[in-house]
Amino acid sequence: MPQILMPALSPTMEEGKLSKWLVKVGDTVSPGDVLAEIETDKATMEVEAVDGGTVQSLMIEEGTEGVKVNTPIALVLGEDEELGEAKQSAAQTTSSDPQGQSPVADAATVPAEAKAAPAAAEAPKFAAQNDPDLPEGVEMVEMTVRQALNEAMAEELRRDKDVFIMGEEVAQYQGAYKITQNLLEEFGPERVVDTPITEHGFAGLAVGAAFAGLKPIVEFMTWNFAMQAIDQIINSAAKQLYMSGGQVTAPMVFRGPNGPAARVGAQHSQDFSAWYSHVPGLTVIAPYSAADAKGLLKSAIRSPNPVVFLENEILYGSTGLVPKMDDFLLPIGKARIARKGADVTIVSFSMGMRYATQATEILVNAGVDVELIDLRTLRPMDSDTVIESVKKTSRLVTVEEGWPQGGIGAELSARVMEQAFDYLDAPVMRVTGKDVPMPYAANLEKLALPNVDEVVAAVNAVTYRS
Amino acid sequence: MARKAVATQASTQSNIPQFTPEQDLEAYREMLLIRRFEEKAGQMYGMGLIGGFCHLYIGQEAVVTGVTMASEKGKDAQITGYRDHGHMLVMGLDPKGVMAELTGRQGGLSKGKGGSMHMFSNEHRFYGGNGIVGAQVSLGAGLAFAAKYRGDNSVSLAYFGDGAANQGQVYESFNMAKLWKLPVVFIIENNKYAMGTSIERAAATTDFSKRGASFDIPGEQVDGMDVRMVYDAAQRAIEYARSGQGPYILEMLTYRYRGHSMSDPAKYRTKDEVTKYRQERDPIEQVKARLLENGVQTEEQLKAIENEIRAIVTEAADFATNDKEPDPAELWTDITISA
Repeated sequence: MPQILMPALSPTMEEGKLSKWLVKVGDTVSPGDVLAEIETDKATMEVEAVDGGTVQSLMIEEGTEGVKVNTPIALVLGEDEELGEAKQSAAQTTSSDPQGQSPVADAATVPAEAKAAPAAAEAPKFAAQNDPDLPEGVEMVEMTVRQALNEAMAEELRRDKDVFIMGEEVAQYQGAYKITQNLLEEFGPERVVDTPITEHGFAGLAVGAAFAGLKPIVEFMTWNFAMQAIDQIINSAAKQLYMSGGQVTAPMVFRGPNGPAARVGAQHSQDFSAWYSHVPGLTVIAPYSAADAKGLLKSAIRSPNPVVFLENEILYGSTGLVPKMDDFLLPIGKARIARKGADVTIVSFSMGMRYATQATEILVNAGVDVELIDLRTLRPMDSDTVIESVKKTSRLVTVEEGWPQGGIGAELSARVMEQAFDYLDAPVMRVTGKDVPMPYAANLEKLALPNVDEVVAAVNAVTYRS
Repeated sequence: MARKAVATQASTQSNIPQFTPEQDLEAYREMLLIRRFEEKAGQMYGMGLIGGFCHLYIGQEAVVTGVTMASEKGKDAQITGYRDHGHMLVMGLDPKGVMAELTGRQGGLSKGKGGSMHMFSNEHRFYGGNGIVGAQVSLGAGLAFAAKYRGDNSVSLAYFGDGAANQGQVYESFNMAKLWKLPVVFIIENNKYAMGTSIERAAATTDFSKRGASFDIPGEQVDGMDVRMVYDAAQRAIEYARSGQGPYILEMLTYRYRGHSMSDPAKYRTKDEVTKYRQERDPIEQVKARLLENGVQTEEQLKAIENEIRAIVTEAADFATNDKEPDPAELWTDITISA
């Protein structure tokens, strides 16, 4: 190491004071010995010898202020090193610039690419598969969303020993919302695990188990409580694959009821769709129908990625037709066109689909040919289907229960603006939950939520019918 | 400057667990590799080759070295916080890959996308490398959960600092680990300072080995500067966990010579305090003195080891300096696995 350079204490430091030399010319130093002390206005640091040797020269006097980072400050030669060129060049630096004010000689240490940042490569495009065709004559069974979710988990627990479910009251109590009913009896307490009330801890524990190759399903009694665990969901699960350069992932599902419930007040009524959909590394699914709930939860459990699966308490009891098949899987990342139409596009998901569906019935009866799209997956978001629809209808209304700022509707609006601006005949309109914490009083709660009339009014506005 | 004359009277006391010459030599090599590697990393940080945060392990080498010597390499899982370079080196991760990750190059263990705090290896069962204080404790309990679920007889070794020991999720994890008898050893590396806050200013009780008392988790305080004591305690704890009795807490009394991270003004402690540790209790000097005293190694032989280690570190530094930065296309890879 012949030359010792002025070190930086932080990436932003450009110069500092060489406050003290702890060695003199002729001293023998060993690795780790402190050579000098450096000081800036906020910090001090010791300069240590990395290799041993003899101090040949000290090029900057102690007490010198404003020594630029990477300026040679001393010359130390090992036993087997020659007093050759290194010393000469160092000596030149010293004599021509005794105050150590020479410009930073960093060309050798900073890679050339770092200086001119290349344009970022394009993000790869996500292309989801279409829903598989159902076998001819397949029996359709009417069931609740609750049953659909329960069947999905039971089937996947049967299929793969690495799948287990943990959460509060999932086992002996049979689930706070009975989504895990009968699972304990069939799969036993090792695979259906009641946890203490400790969201932060058990979410982290499940992520650790996923690192080791298990496929946990973490049930949050509601997503409101998952706020305690959001650090583990985002910082540990979502970012793991990227931070490890593709080596370690967290194949798991975080699930539970999301969104406003009924009359439970501000802390128990909130839609986290936009929050999680913001995070690269997560897959975010928010189904509306029983069939989608089953097919998508099964796909989520088999996904090699961490999945946030947002259910809805109010929808648990709603029924729908689910195909009776051994393995009914639906593709993640694909929106479903619930109704084809030509006049206006309405996009929603989860509970928002209830308002949108009812509004569509009213509007169709009034002669508006609505195209209704259920996003189903929020990340990756199937904006292709939405863009194609808007190119046809030239009008878009979004419906969600979440707050407006930074919401799913805001995101859709931006994407349509970027990719289909010239096709628009009216501004995109958002129907959202109101920008307030959820009130308790029945009348106020009703006002805070989106409703069918607001959807109809928004469609009337963008079709200039009002 | 002189860090010699380490007191060796400890080795003559009968209750100190003794190392064989081979164990002393192994410990010496491992700890010296960490020391030299970290010194080099510090130097490279100073040259602007390493950015952001860089938390050096200098002073604490005996902890991870002794614990790893007592563990089954490749079988037992380890996880720690952000002061993680030492753990990787002792677990057998390639020093070139570690250093190249520090410099953010394509040959880094995480392809340059993780940085100092985020490196992992399924092969060596090292799970990071975690930047959020305390998060690794829950994750480590999860590694133990997986071990028990599969019945693979492995143990999870979860390291955290005296600072993390005050985080809520640590106690949530203690509770579940005991409740479910998970095979996990919680290793608290008590280096006396959480960043700049001394344990006395941050902790209502400073005997961290007793922090599992309300969950009935056994714990002990260990001289974390003496690799023999660390090894001895770790053997006991790992055996306890592996035999199905549940978690165990080891509080390692250790000391970091450097600041919390590179830009630490270190004004919260005296120079004398640091010097005292370095001169009287340095983990590497203790082993070195024993090797010489017992005639296991000569000065020349130790010098040869030193040169060998220096060559490894130099090679790592050269690789990390000259390796290419990641391809811009890497920006978009490893976000999710396509189905």
